[in-house]
Amino acid sequence: MALLEVKDLKVRVEEREILHGLTLTVNEGEIHAIMGPNGSGKSTLSHVIAGKPGYEVTDGQILFKGEDLLEMDPEERAARGVFLAFQYPVEIPGVATMTFLRTALNAQRKARGESEYSTPDFLKKVREVSKSLNIPQDMLKRGVNVGFSGGEKKRNEVLQMALFEPSLCILDEMDSGLDIDALRIAADGVNALRSPKRAMVVITHYQRLLNYIVPDFVHVMSKGRVVKSGGKELALELEESGYAQFEDAA
Amino acid sequence: MNVAVAKTGSGRAVSDLFASAEGRLPGSLAVVAVRREAFETYERLGLPHRRIEEWKYTDLRALVGEVLPLAAAPDAAALSRAADAVKAHAFAGASKLVLVDGVFAADLSDVKALPSGVSVTTLREALDKSADLLTTASADAVISLNAAMATDGVVLSIADGAQLSAPVQIIHVATVPSASNFTRSQVRIGKGARPTIIESFVAAGAGAYQVNDAVLVSIGDDADVAYIRLMDDAADAVNITSQFVTVGANVKLNYFNMTSGGAVSRLQGFITFAGEGSELSLNGVNLLKKTEHGDLSLVVDHAVPNCMSRETFRAVIDDRGHSVFQGRIIVRPDAQKTDGKMMTRALLLSDEAEADNKPELEIFADDVSCGHGATAGALDDSLLFYLKARGLPEKQAQALLIQAFVGEAIEQIADDDLREHVIGLAERWLERRS
Repeated sequence: MALLEVKDLKVRVEEREILHGLTLTVNEGEIHAIMGPNGSGKSTLSHVIAGKPGYEVTDGQILFKGEDLLEMDPEERAARGVFLAFQYPVEIPGVATMTFLRTALNAQRKARGESEYSTPDFLKKVREVSKSLNIPQDMLKRGVNVGFSGGEKKRNEVLQMALFEPSLCILDEMDSGLDIDALRIAADGVNALRSPKRAMVVITHYQRLLNYIVPDFVHVMSKGRVVKSGGKELALELEESGYAQFEDAA
Repeated sequence: MNVAVAKTGSGRAVSDLFASAEGRLPGSLAVVAVRREAFETYERLGLPHRRIEEWKYTDLRALVGEVLPLAAAPDAAALSRAADAVKAHAFAGASKLVLVDGVFAADLSDVKALPSGVSVTTLREALDKSADLLTTASADAVISLNAAMATDGVVLSIADGAQLSAPVQIIHVATVPSASNFTRSQVRIGKGARPTIIESFVAAGAGAYQVNDAVLVSIGDDADVAYIRLMDDAADAVNITSQFVTVGANVKLNYFNMTSGGAVSRLQGFITFAGEGSELSLNGVNLLKKTEHGDLSLVVDHAVPNCMSRETFRAVIDDRGHSVFQGRIIVRPDAQKTDGKMMTRALLLSDEAEADNKPELEIFADDVSCGHGATAGALDDSLLFYLKARGLPEKQAQALLIQAFVGEAIEQIADDDLREHVIGLAERWLERRS
């Protein structure tokens, strides 16, 4: 059984159809890159998978581990292993990062019927992961993402990914707003989480990110559909030729 | 306003109220005269209503209707119920001073083990000597009624220079439903003293009771004071409290009020700077649901130069709750270099929730820095989605954001344990909500 099956998905936002029948299958352990020009529907796909309100699915379905994902609330999707790394992680003043991480992790474990993490185990785990991601301890005491740089915000997303251990990670434009050093740190963090049990969907506009997170499959989206799929070489091809050919094709 | 309206407005009981209580009210002949006069003032004015500017948003005639008769003095059973409530609401380590149904309960209070520098008597005892405690700088109908009807109260004195390692906690317990408690207390803080005072209002089984409390606070020069009020009354209760605070020179006062219970609550604070160089941090939180009405009205009178006041107010309003914040800052002609600011924010959790903010700046000096700001809005959907996408159910995500919102006022409480105690009360409110 595939981990994620998106079948002929049609999605509207305020009367306007954004996805016009998108199909995508992702198996355990695979890394899929979704590339495409602005407005092609890449972020819409990531939002619909995570359960963001405001999108109307008019046709098609999304199965996650064989179950209907669209019937689940966002928190249920998270507890079952769906993780969206946000393009623009929000700032939450007054909620300490550590409190947030712990509340979220324990909420997910509770929903799965697992025991809550003990304080020492939790702290140990956070320290290990944050160290490898170059996240200073004092950052964890501050409000979630408050005053964080672009790179710090993305590292915080990767930190959560490492803590929550999802089976499907969707990285929405992880490279936006990052300089090359920040990108490398974040990508190294992601690569460390590659595993035969975990799949990733990497959404990006530029080929650059894929030099660091090397995909197994590349899909090109245009005007709400996947218009071409191939191996990692497709990304390089796009870098040369651009998206124009696909915009015409679609 | 005339007598006839007052009588129809608050019903048949207006004059009966005083007549039936008079035998139980402590005080010498001179005190009786002051009480009579105060009651006449109340009779003339009647309960405050929306046409009186200060009470525009808290119309007691509409919200409360009539003043309930005086609660009976507590018997053994009432004191026993009160003892349980005290146990549940006492702050660990605090010296407790307990008023049950408007009467000082020495047996439930720590009067025999007060820390050095702290002395306590009662209003009842004070009124044997003089009627001074029944007069205040200003008196509206509610304050006049309090002067007429006050049965007892705490007269707390903190000596000059006293450095208290633990708070003094005044706990008001109501055990009688459908009755009124009238209390009037005095808190005198000596020069250079460092006390923490907590006032808690709680119920022991009683439902629709009424509290009319007045507190006269004076703070000596160079004192460093934390004053925390926790109005956690029963869901059907009414609590109208008036506080008069006179602040000496070079004082640091951290004042905090949280309303987390009661059908109708109002704290009206009259704070006057009487000495230069003082800094006030005045903070309030209203947590309101169902049809609860909570009002924090503060008048900060910068009567002297070189003082600072900061007001931070947060309201969380669910269902058809109604929150009121009125902040008046007066800067007298001589009060140059005054620095007075207030910021109020309301979080509306339902379409029917209501928040009224009324800032008033009355500035008569020309070299001052004063300002105010107000916002009202719902929880941010993008923050809620982020939390849900990380596994938090809706209510838990809301609770986390609400805690963060009120945290901006609660974090002004410097003492870690006390801050945690207040956060605990806010968490209990959030649990009751879900």
